[in-house]
Amino acid sequence: MNRRSFLNKIWIWIGVVAGIEFLGLSLSFLVSGKKRGERHNSDRLKVIGRLEDIKPGEVYPYSNGRLYLVRHSDGGMLALSLKCTHLGCSIHWNEDEDKFICPCHSSEFNRFGDVLKPPAPHALDTYKVIVKEGKVMVDLDKKIRRRKFEKSDLTYA
Amino acid sequence: MKQNPQKVNSSLTGSKVYAGVVFRNLVLHLHPVRIPKKSIAFNHTFGLGGMLALLFVLQAFTGILLRFVYQPSPEKAYDSILSIQQDVFMGQFVRNIHHTAGMLMVVLVFFHLLRVVFTEAYKPPRRGNWIIGVVLLLLVIFSNFSGYLLPWDQLSFWAVTVATSMLDYLPFIGEKLMLVIRGGEDVGAITLLNFYNFHTGIFPLSIVILMAFHFWKVRKAGGVVIPGGAGDKDIEKVQVYPNLVAREFVVALVLLALIFLVSSLRNVPLLERANPALSPNPAKAPWYFMGIQELLMHLHPFFAAILIPFLFIISLFSLTFLRFREDRAGIWFSSDKGKRLSKKIALVTLLLVPVLVLASELIPDMVEASSGVRAFIINGLIPFFMFLFLMALFVLWLSRKGNYNMNEIVQGIFVFIISSYLVLMFIGIWFRGEGMELCWPWMR
Repeated sequence: MNRRSFLNKIWIWIGVVAGIEFLGLSLSFLVSGKKRGERHNSDRLKVIGRLEDIKPGEVYPYSNGRLYLVRHSDGGMLALSLKCTHLGCSIHWNEDEDKFICPCHSSEFNRFGDVLKPPAPHALDTYKVIVKEGKVMVDLDKKIRRRKFEKSDLTYA
Repeated sequence: MKQNPQKVNSSLTGSKVYAGVVFRNLVLHLHPVRIPKKSIAFNHTFGLGGMLALLFVLQAFTGILLRFVYQPSPEKAYDSILSIQQDVFMGQFVRNIHHTAGMLMVVLVFFHLLRVVFTEAYKPPRRGNWIIGVVLLLLVIFSNFSGYLLPWDQLSFWAVTVATSMLDYLPFIGEKLMLVIRGGEDVGAITLLNFYNFHTGIFPLSIVILMAFHFWKVRKAGGVVIPGGAGDKDIEKVQVYPNLVAREFVVALVLLALIFLVSSLRNVPLLERANPALSPNPAKAPWYFMGIQELLMHLHPFFAAILIPFLFIISLFSLTFLRFREDRAGIWFSSDKGKRLSKKIALVTLLLVPVLVLASELIPDMVEASSGVRAFIINGLIPFFMFLFLMALFVLWLSRKGNYNMNEIVQGIFVFIISSYLVLMFIGIWFRGEGMELCWPWMR
């Protein structure tokens, strides 16, 4: 290798390194979006209402937090995410048929979030429900993924 | 050889000198002075590449205008679109043009792909250009898709929510990728900013660079594909000016006139402001992704949204690496036999796909939905391998019994895949109503 080709190689490698650096920089800028988004959710505990107002057997929409609060007849509460587990559309509660229906691909879920009709692959995500001083709150920070409903998903006052 | 440019040069009146400068620097930069007569017939290439280049320029100009008013934030985006439509002089017209031309670009880039495949122009010496072309195709689709979100109405919000959710099914990196692209759990402010940057920066810049490369490679391959190739010395040639330049000019004017006419007659849609809590019923992906969404109604999402599109793109790229015994480059549909086969296959798909869709709709789901692995096998693996097996049988039958050569078979498979997608897409667009139930288009 003579001096000229050696220097040429060095130039090429400097170019490659610069390219990789820029790519890395672009990625770090792109990924930083997530952090920017998180900072806006400063209050993660959302108060849904007072415990005595939330009646057993009822389903309450809470569109601000994109969730449904379900209180079952035995008093157990479940905060179901509004997002269909198939492709993220917002499900809506159908009172007459006693089920959640997704308008995008007609997946259906029962009031425990379990899938009644595919294509949804698993039960609706849930949020942690906290009952404190007679107030029912939902922790929006922690979305819980699950295969299917378990008795332990319910929160009792 | 150089009669024409000299003629322009010799007469030194002002406008002619100017015309000469344009001619030598622009036209002769793109085209050679003389080109094979066969290559300028309109129905040989349909001028699709040129139309796309023109539309790209049109999108750049209208896009720059729209950027003066548009504000990429969830609070302001929708209002700025309203402002473009109501307050800005000719704003609605410019938005109409941008929207219409963007849609047309997706259609034309698809036709361009068909033209190149059906004239076997994807083979060497055009291998590099085919690969660039496929990347450009993807860039055009992604440009359209990233622009889809910007109006921030119910249509754009849910189309992008549905389409980006498909990423979630990509194993290992899918969820992370989705979080990065969306900039969070849901489609929101960061998503809009990301899409705006992709739509008005990264994608157009990449397209400009690759487009220049694409043109240069066309010239390097000796022009567009023609039977016998450009190397043939005896081939009849004509002057590029006026023969080709005049044709291009006419095509450009007609295309522009059509777009302007459509844009002045009909306003492009703008639905209500995006509402994350309320999915419209039905919520549909952008029209060109509706084939995938239709597939999602029948197959496990990993197969419908990830594996099948991925395999399709891979096979597009690898098409150019196939080795054919016979060279049919430049001949439409390879041969009369190939043409007949392709027609038959397209017709059969037109009947077969709706029947399959109906069957899958009527047969009750055997799968207990909550068991993920079983759904993956029954709605994914089994139909997928059954499809591959039947496909292999069909190809064997074509080559053994039908005596088709490889050119015709490859073209046949391509026609099968493309027409299946188109049928699925049109079912998704027109035959799916409330709750994505099947229905007639006029009952929706």
